[in-house]
Amino acid sequence: MSYHNPHTPPRKSATFDDHTMAEIRRAAATGIYDIRGAGTKRKVPHFDDLLFLGASISRYPLEGYREKCDTTVTLGTRFAKKPITLKTPITIAGMSFGALSGNAKEALGRGATIAGTSTTTGDGGMTDEERGHSQTLVYQYLPSRYGMNPRDLRRADAIEVVVGQGAKPGGGGMLLGQKISDRVANMRNLPKGIDQRSACRHPDWTGPDDLEIKILELREITDWEKPIYIKVGGSRPYYDTALAVKAGADVVVLDGMQGGTAATQDVFIEHVGMPTLACIRPAVQALQDLGMHRKVQLVVSGGIRSGADVAKALALGADAVAIGTAALVAIGDNDPKWEEEYNKLGTTAGAYDDWHEGRDPAGITTQDPELAARLDPVAAGRRLANYLKVMTLEAQTIARACGKNHLHNLEPEDLVALTMEAAAMAQVPLAGTSWYPGKGGF
Amino acid sequence: MPVFDLSHTPLRALNGALHGLSTGANDTEFEVVNPRGHHAVAVGIDSPVTVEVRGSVGYYCAGMNDGGTVTVHGSAGPGVAENMMSGTVVIEGDASQYAGATGRGGLLVIKGNAASRCGISMKGIDIVVHGSIGHMSAFMGQSGHLIVCGDAGDALGDSLYEAKLFVRGSVKSLGADCIEKEMRPEHLEKLAELLDKAGVTHAKPEEFKRYGSARKLYNFNIDNADAY
Repeated sequence: MSYHNPHTPPRKSATFDDHTMAEIRRAAATGIYDIRGAGTKRKVPHFDDLLFLGASISRYPLEGYREKCDTTVTLGTRFAKKPITLKTPITIAGMSFGALSGNAKEALGRGATIAGTSTTTGDGGMTDEERGHSQTLVYQYLPSRYGMNPRDLRRADAIEVVVGQGAKPGGGGMLLGQKISDRVANMRNLPKGIDQRSACRHPDWTGPDDLEIKILELREITDWEKPIYIKVGGSRPYYDTALAVKAGADVVVLDGMQGGTAATQDVFIEHVGMPTLACIRPAVQALQDLGMHRKVQLVVSGGIRSGADVAKALALGADAVAIGTAALVAIGDNDPKWEEEYNKLGTTAGAYDDWHEGRDPAGITTQDPELAARLDPVAAGRRLANYLKVMTLEAQTIARACGKNHLHNLEPEDLVALTMEAAAMAQVPLAGTSWYPGKGGF
Repeated sequence: MPVFDLSHTPLRALNGALHGLSTGANDTEFEVVNPRGHHAVAVGIDSPVTVEVRGSVGYYCAGMNDGGTVTVHGSAGPGVAENMMSGTVVIEGDASQYAGATGRGGLLVIKGNAASRCGISMKGIDIVVHGSIGHMSAFMGQSGHLIVCGDAGDALGDSLYEAKLFVRGSVKSLGADCIEKEMRPEHLEKLAELLDKAGVTHAKPEEFKRYGSARKLYNFNIDNADAY
């Protein structure tokens, strides 16, 4: 009779897991940190951790497809002579021509226009195609001021002063040389093929007092017509919102850490900034404390994927949301039909995030004419419009179930949380209780 | 000549009057009195008007000027002529921080001194300073010319792209990737042209040194990390 010593199966470290060790080896081999696109990939408390209660004896619902549930939103009612009114509170976030192909920008404009919402320029300026295909176009005013000129400022429908973004609060950007085509270089006044640094702070103002004067200048240049947004990353949402209001914003855009970027260090994306869910209530609180809730509109972005996410963001007090990554997916990003080509790039559909390299098989995050030609802007625009309509219908479905005849009538009171973390961040009760962390001093 | 007295006329009335003037408009010469440090004076000009500002101004005077000629008979606060597209802006006194920031064209003349970050992120503008400039000037300058008849402060031309810098006096220090470069005939010619346009009579082109980008930081390289 033989005896075998029992062996436990090999055990890998939770601290030094496969991904961590692969990253150490990659860093050691290349001597450079990992740069990638998109937002955080780690799991953070999110809208999935919230549920709507729906109607019951104490609240009656509205009839689906029959009783009206309004979705319109007007942005810029505080100071602008010409506020913008959108059919749906789901807008398209700022993404640059340069990071995205011309066809991709056109598709975003087409889709947003069909759905009755706005799209937004990005670092690198406004293209004629984008203006032409976007009924309502928000013009980003960024630290780099690439392509910035007063003519485009005047032909925009709103101006978004970008202070930060959720993927990298406190960070700038870098468009690598391989994406700098002649046209991109010309728009940015830089030689072709060199890395283009997007500055992390504005060149001609620092702090909220300066920002107030900068906004005065922008309003004077545009004769007080355009709504002026201020976009901040999810960092200190209470104070950033309060300071944006103080500086004279018509609209505050608040972008959580799930919000995407064209290219940033992975360490930045994963370790700086707060989840979208944690940002909304402090921002709304700031607006309420100042008596400005619904007077200065709040647009929330970062990880919005469905009508449920939209409804939850609005229930927590936002006036509208913005989508970036989801819009790219809708027009064709990371589509499994390109799986073979993703494999050649060492990745797989759903994980492709080397948007800065310009080799996107889907033709979206590229300036390569052959790759870009793969994206039909008309068909892609239609897909985006369909998706926006589905999200809007989903949000309406939920709102009606809660007895609301406008998406803005959704309340925190309509929500419960599935986890302690989500309860604390959203300040709504843990499901089945009347309590959330922090309430009543506990 | 329309005169705007900012001691009682709203800023909006001045800037509104300067915008969208049709071709052949009769009134193309404007005077602003009692500016009293107002911000955003004569911003967003989009036609070849002339504006004489009698006194000192606050932030962003002549911001985004596109074709106008603005003269400030006093000093200017931060960001004068920021993002200028074309035209001419003359400051008879001194200018504060960020003068000519991100300017894409036109000529900015500062007859006194300019503070820090003069010409930051300049994108085609020409700037002539009769006096001296502060630290971090022409930071990330992309194109255009910065001419300084006096001295330059610390970190001149840090992270410079293709802007061309000329300094007649001393340079306290050069920023990352900024080096002294050979002065060739075409540079002397350009200097002479801009000095003349800016009304500089006390300095000759041969007295300047030229600075530009070493172009070592144009494409990211981990071995250059110490330079950042």
